[in-house]
Amino acid sequence: MKEFPTSALPALLVGLPMLLATMSLFFRVKGRALLGVLGSFLVGSLALFAFIEVTKYGTIIHILGGWEPPLGILLRMDPLAAVFIGLTAIIGIFISLYSWWYFRARIASIGRFPLFWPLWFFLWAGLNALFLSNDLFNLYVTIEVITICAVALAVLSGEPKALKAGLRYLLAAIIGSMAYLFGVALIYGSTGTLDLYLLGEVLKPGNTTTFALIVITLGLLIKKAAFPFHFWLPPAHSAALAPVSALLSALVVKGAFYMMLRLWTEVFEVSLTFAAGQLIGITGAAAVLWGSWQALLQTNFKLLVAHSSVAQMGYLLMMFPLLVLAPGQMADSADWLAPAWTAGIFQVMAHAFAKASLFLSAGIVVMALGHDRIESLRDLVAWMPMTAMAIGIAGVSLIGLPPSGGFLAKWMLLKGVFLSGQWWWAPAILAGSLLTAGYVFMLLRLAFAPARVKDPFRPVPKILQVCALLLALGSFLIVIPAENLIQFLEGSKSFGSGIESIVKGGGYGNE
Amino acid sequence: MKMETYEIYSLTSVVLFAIGLGGVFLAKHFLRKIIATIIMGGGVFLCFVSFAKRDAITFADPIPHALVITGIVVAVTAAAFALSLARRIHKLTGEDTFEAKK
Amino acid sequence: METNSLLLILILISSLIPGILILLLDEAQAFQRNFLNLFGAVAKVALVGWVFVGYMQGETYAFIYGLAPDLTFALRVDKMGLLFAALSSVLWLVTTLYAIGYLKGGKHQRRFFAFFSLCVTSSTGIALSGNVVTFFVFYEFLTLSTYPLVVHRGDDKAVEAGRTYLWYTIGGGTVLFLGVVALFVLAGPIYFGQTEIIAGLVSENTLQLTLIFFLMLSGLAVKAAIFPLHGWLPISMVAPAPVSALLHAVAVVKAGAFGIARLVYDVYGIPTSEELNLLTPLAIFAGFTIIYGSVKAFYQDDFKKLLAYSTVSQLSYIALGVAITGVLSTTGAVVHLVHQGIMKITMFFAAGNVAETYGFYRISQLNGIGRKMPLTMSAFTIAAFGMIGLPPIAGFVSKWYLGLGAVEAGSYWVVLILLASSALNAAYFLPIVYRAWFCEPDQKDISPKHTGPFEAKALLLIPVVLTGLFSLAAGLFAGSNYSPLAIAREIAEKLYPNLP
Repeated sequence: MKEFPTSALPALLVGLPMLLATMSLFFRVKGRALLGVLGSFLVGSLALFAFIEVTKYGTIIHILGGWEPPLGILLRMDPLAAVFIGLTAIIGIFISLYSWWYFRARIASIGRFPLFWPLWFFLWAGLNALFLSNDLFNLYVTIEVITICAVALAVLSGEPKALKAGLRYLLAAIIGSMAYLFGVALIYGSTGTLDLYLLGEVLKPGNTTTFALIVITLGLLIKKAAFPFHFWLPPAHSAALAPVSALLSALVVKGAFYMMLRLWTEVFEVSLTFAAGQLIGITGAAAVLWGSWQALLQTNFKLLVAHSSVAQMGYLLMMFPLLVLAPGQMADSADWLAPAWTAGIFQVMAHAFAKASLFLSAGIVVMALGHDRIESLRDLVAWMPMTAMAIGIAGVSLIGLPPSGGFLAKWMLLKGVFLSGQWWWAPAILAGSLLTAGYVFMLLRLAFAPARVKDPFRPVPKILQVCALLLALGSFLIVIPAENLIQFLEGSKSFGSGIESIVKGGGYGNE
Repeated sequence: MKMETYEIYSLTSVVLFAIGLGGVFLAKHFLRKIIATIIMGGGVFLCFVSFAKRDAITFADPIPHALVITGIVVAVTAAAFALSLARRIHKLTGEDTFEAKK
Repeated sequence: METNSLLLILILISSLIPGILILLLDEAQAFQRNFLNLFGAVAKVALVGWVFVGYMQGETYAFIYGLAPDLTFALRVDKMGLLFAALSSVLWLVTTLYAIGYLKGGKHQRRFFAFFSLCVTSSTGIALSGNVVTFFVFYEFLTLSTYPLVVHRGDDKAVEAGRTYLWYTIGGGTVLFLGVVALFVLAGPIYFGQTEIIAGLVSENTLQLTLIFFLMLSGLAVKAAIFPLHGWLPISMVAPAPVSALLHAVAVVKAGAFGIARLVYDVYGIPTSEELNLLTPLAIFAGFTIIYGSVKAFYQDDFKKLLAYSTVSQLSYIALGVAITGVLSTTGAVVHLVHQGIMKITMFFAAGNVAETYGFYRISQLNGIGRKMPLTMSAFTIAAFGMIGLPPIAGFVSKWYLGLGAVEAGSYWVVLILLASSALNAAYFLPIVYRAWFCEPDQKDISPKHTGPFEAKALLLIPVVLTGLFSLAAGLFAGSNYSPLAIAREIAEKLYPNLP
């Protein structure tokens, strides 16, 4: 660990948003928004600098306060973290811009929410800290920060619907955290350390480890809204204000996924079995099918998008069965690992852009009409062509049609599925695409259909539509630097690595 | 059967965790659900702290204490938040469960 | 980037950029929109022509860009692709003129022309694709860009038709996707023409290769309207005439047929296809579709629906030609790709003219229309005779080669199908021609909606006359060195190198 160059940037990436959040509490409402937008550009440029540093050195670290681990906190930015932080920054900038104008419009249906900005920046700090964490407890603390800020943001509107959904979200999150913490406690008890690097070397397979793995994974699955623990996500994401929904769906749920990815590939390699991977994959496939099906049945735009989130996150879980090698397979010969990894990361990026765009578009619709019933999307191409285009482009990426980022992700996933011989995931992936096409084209069909009755609508500032459109385009543009991104990611310790499950009866342990 | 101290604590914490988990899902009233999560937390923290005195250590390991204190702070915050949400929901709608009253 | 690669990109951009720019215009800025469209269309024809000449002189044109590890975007020119690209670009120019005239005063023109341009971009992209992946990308893009055109009118029927269209094409696309990825995993990246890759894998992976072939074939067969995947084509006739003309006579359906040709000739290769016995099912379905389409056309009264079923039938000529191996039948198949496009577009233009000028949509209303619209109906008659297979029109040439090819391959049942189909074509086309020229109109004083020196708006008249003349010329001058027939022959001969 010590051989990596130290840099202040990781600490700044966490500290600056916190500072901005605190500062914004002292401003009046107008100033907060301005501070927020400027601040997000600042944090974004920090993220860019850090990204460049990581491309130069491979990994940069920062030891907080000079206290060395295992007692101190080490912030590590490797390529995987850099990609996630960069993604958060880009989407964060757009959402800040959008929120600035969105809350500015003093319309009765949308108030001015002064607490948005401090909460959003604390959330951003938490997200960055999560991506940079290098020990189990820090992960716990950061995900709690994220959760509390996210719930607070979700209930910002103060309506009973949002409050109830928020309470449900909070309770589910607490359960998840407690489960996770339990696992951490067990691990500490058996190994005496919490550092991710050390654990990867020191952790022995055994009953304790397996139980810890199960409990941690369950906790993270709850936080990630994986099937069958997904019940809290649709109400929470749909009842929240549009920019908040975008944050929640695009960024917050990715935090739990990130944790699971790191822990499975860097820490728990010794006690994972092939069956465990398959089980996670089944969860993912069920989420894809169930979520897409539910989305198809919705009559409310935001609920549709929220269910779509459940489905798309399922694709992420389907990468895990490909990472856990069957007994007897060696990581070197498993050439499907690289596509599986690529698929997961690109799905994260494409989904983040597309989902943020969709929720921002939903916000535009709410602003224009006061409600978001899907029927109201009739003839959208006539009265808000930019938003219709944003919905179309984002939807195409969700389906996975070329040349979008979603297509690249699904291509890689299918490739991994076929190369590894686990062809049984293919029908789920394809059925998911078909169902997604079903609800996306349902939206588009309405958008093209002529209006029956002219609903009175407020004109929406162009900049909001531009934000949504640019984010949608983002899900396509990530394909252009794909080759370079993948090469960059290979520098990350876990990228492209497989988890060689223990032989001997498919169980675990050499004891 | 002689058990190590921390094994007793571990067992207790699993039981507490299970009771709490069951309570969250089975209880209807907001307050009961929140209390159930606190019980879950109690179980987890108990487990954590009990590892402070593992075998072959002569003095108590301070790290779990620090971690548990942090955890308690976080859990209390989350519980307080949940309580205020429940209170606000009740104030606005008069409901105190997730399902509508008949 | 060298000029040659740049040229290929320019060919694609010549319709992509106008498409995007048109979206940014206002609905009212008709002049700018038409200018952009026509400029792009002329540029495209010019660029394709330049590449054509250069290719004939021995230049190579290719553009390769790596997207992801072994996902390469590749454009490459070869004779077959060039033929399709030339067809697309020339017919796009003609159809643009037609569409400008047809939709004048209509709604949503901005949206129409924007997606129209995107559609041609995809079509050209399909033609210029150098490998399977690039082909697939443009193939799916074609689906997306044609949807807004199908639902253009916006009424309930159009929206329903759009939904049916999507189910078929997205479903087909998904199946194709599965096949493409599986092929990729099994064989790695395949550039068109590298048939030796699959040939090398045949002995060990017979089952997988067969399965993959049928997956890809099914996906392609949707757009190629082969029974039973043809259902979307008659239903999408609710789209305006320019859409039916270009898309459903040329772009979309030809993409499917072109794809099948590519699959058999340039991915699997003829020897492998024969070895794995992949062509017999194709031949059977194609043969059935030919008869089925003709029979259904016979019973139609709606003019465009009749033409749609005729398209279904005619496309399977190409598929059948591909399924029968031999220089002559391959020549027939490839050249029919071009000839059928030209003839069918003429017919759709004619149908559109009649509808626009007189409001007649049904065959039964066409009595005496020939006297009122002589130019239009002459072009239609030429095309109809070509469809039936009368010399010296283009259709005769392609049928002749298909027939000869069938004889050469010993598949006499194909000859029977060809003859039967010609008879059926006559059965439903000749009555139209008869009605148009030799019957008295039912209502004597139907006045045309159009007032002007010619029988229809100039912009509607010129295209139909042009394509009618093309149909005649392609047949008359088939013997020249640069006719579609000559190029098709060259393509076919290259595919069978073992023949003396």
